[in-house]
Amino acid sequence: MAKNLTPKTTILDAKQMARIIRRMAGEIVERNRDLPHLLLAGIRTRGVPLAEAIAAEIERMEGQKIPVGVLDITLYRDDLSTVGPQPLVKGTRLPRSIDDCVVVLCDDVLYTGRTVRAALDELVDFGRPKAVQLAVLIDRGHRELPIQADFVGKKVPTAQSEIIEVSFQSTDGAEQVRILERGASG
Amino acid sequence: MTPETMQRKDLLGIAELSPAEIELILDTAESFREVGERAIKKVPTLRGRTVINLFFEASTRTRSSFEIAEKRLSADNVNFSTSGSALEKGESLIDTALNLQAMAPDLVVIRHGHPGVPHMLAKRIKAGVINAGDGAHEHPTQALLDAYTIRRHKGRLAGLKVAIIGDIEHSRVVRSNVHLLTKMGARVTVGGPRTLMPVAMAAMGVEVAYTLEDALRDADVIMMLRVQLERQGRMSFPSVREYFQLFGLTTARLAAAKEDVIIMHPGPMNRGVEIASEVADGPYSVILEQVAHGVSVRMAVLYLLSGSYGEAA
Repeated sequence: MAKNLTPKTTILDAKQMARIIRRMAGEIVERNRDLPHLLLAGIRTRGVPLAEAIAAEIERMEGQKIPVGVLDITLYRDDLSTVGPQPLVKGTRLPRSIDDCVVVLCDDVLYTGRTVRAALDELVDFGRPKAVQLAVLIDRGHRELPIQADFVGKKVPTAQSEIIEVSFQSTDGAEQVRILERGASG
Repeated sequence: MTPETMQRKDLLGIAELSPAEIELILDTAESFREVGERAIKKVPTLRGRTVINLFFEASTRTRSSFEIAEKRLSADNVNFSTSGSALEKGESLIDTALNLQAMAPDLVVIRHGHPGVPHMLAKRIKAGVINAGDGAHEHPTQALLDAYTIRRHKGRLAGLKVAIIGDIEHSRVVRSNVHLLTKMGARVTVGGPRTLMPVAMAAMGVEVAYTLEDALRDADVIMMLRVQLERQGRMSFPSVREYFQLFGLTTARLAAAKEDVIIMHPGPMNRGVEIASEVADGPYSVILEQVAHGVSVRMAVLYLLSGSYGEAA
């Protein structure tokens, strides 16, 4: 984690997160009855454990395994030319053709919407999905593009100086969502 | 261990890279390999960037490989080659550099017959410079794609025995490969006739062998080098036929190497001079894979060098 960040509040603990993910899985199934043509695509990094958790819930509820893909949107970012060296590219992996599938993009936090814009651009390079939907654990507002989520875990009004930190067991060794405040020194 | 980013403007040689930077390039190339497998083999990453390919020496493979890599990253590219260029009309290299600078490219890929030309250019222009071969000095992207190919087959570089056979003296590929492989912990043996073996080789931390059998013993990887007939002022061996008798790689001679050996060649091959067709087209050969991986590795290098510097903290 970056320096000069102080934890302010914990907004979700492990139990609350599990409950929310279960509800999101239910909503996704309710809206998409054709499960064999459903694909979850997690946006690196923390969209991936979210997609996996949702897929596990759907399998538990419906007995149907949903394929999970991984999108690395680095090569599609709109801020690559600004300042600093290039970010690490970790690669995209889609388990099946996305043609005629409903793809549910999964990400931990929806903020400016720029990541989702990049993910949509990347997705169309792989084919023509029947539809694309968006599932996010936290919607923190401050959109800079006309993008909205179809499935939202929790809406959290934030100040731009705040940072939402989502932790998953697999990536961070804990399951929780916290609000961090940028320190005065920076 | 792996740095998250690359903090340099140019790629002039392997000599100045750290093992962590080499790892970063190889790992990044792995991600770019996937782009080459898509139906639409193009990402918008370098949209609006200009790359100049400046080739003062003939090249088909390397130049096309760079061109494809640039196009897959959506960069705009322009090719300059010696024939018909101002250089042939008497322009000095420094003037060429200043003229290029005036066109404000973002990256320049250069191949030149004299060692150090890319370094000179890098000092004089703002654009990043990628050395695509300077004389018998370095050819960094070739060594990187060789390392990438080895890593894909063997899973690692450290601890492997790599035999590099042939015209060691005139080869820039061998210098870049020796730097890279020794940095990454591989053991390198160079082999070839004494007349094509520079004395400085032993000082680069490699073993030197003067017969093919000695060089190949227990090798995990064999790299055959092209006999560069056009680069030799004088013939360094009596005949091509004798060279093949003594140093040409044949199926029978492979017995000295490990059972799962892989055979590489940077190209272009002289069949029947340094390598027999039965070996070049045989089951141990990964020569065409090297060419395929060249594109991924060059995409990685173009991508990593096109970050911005100076303003960065």
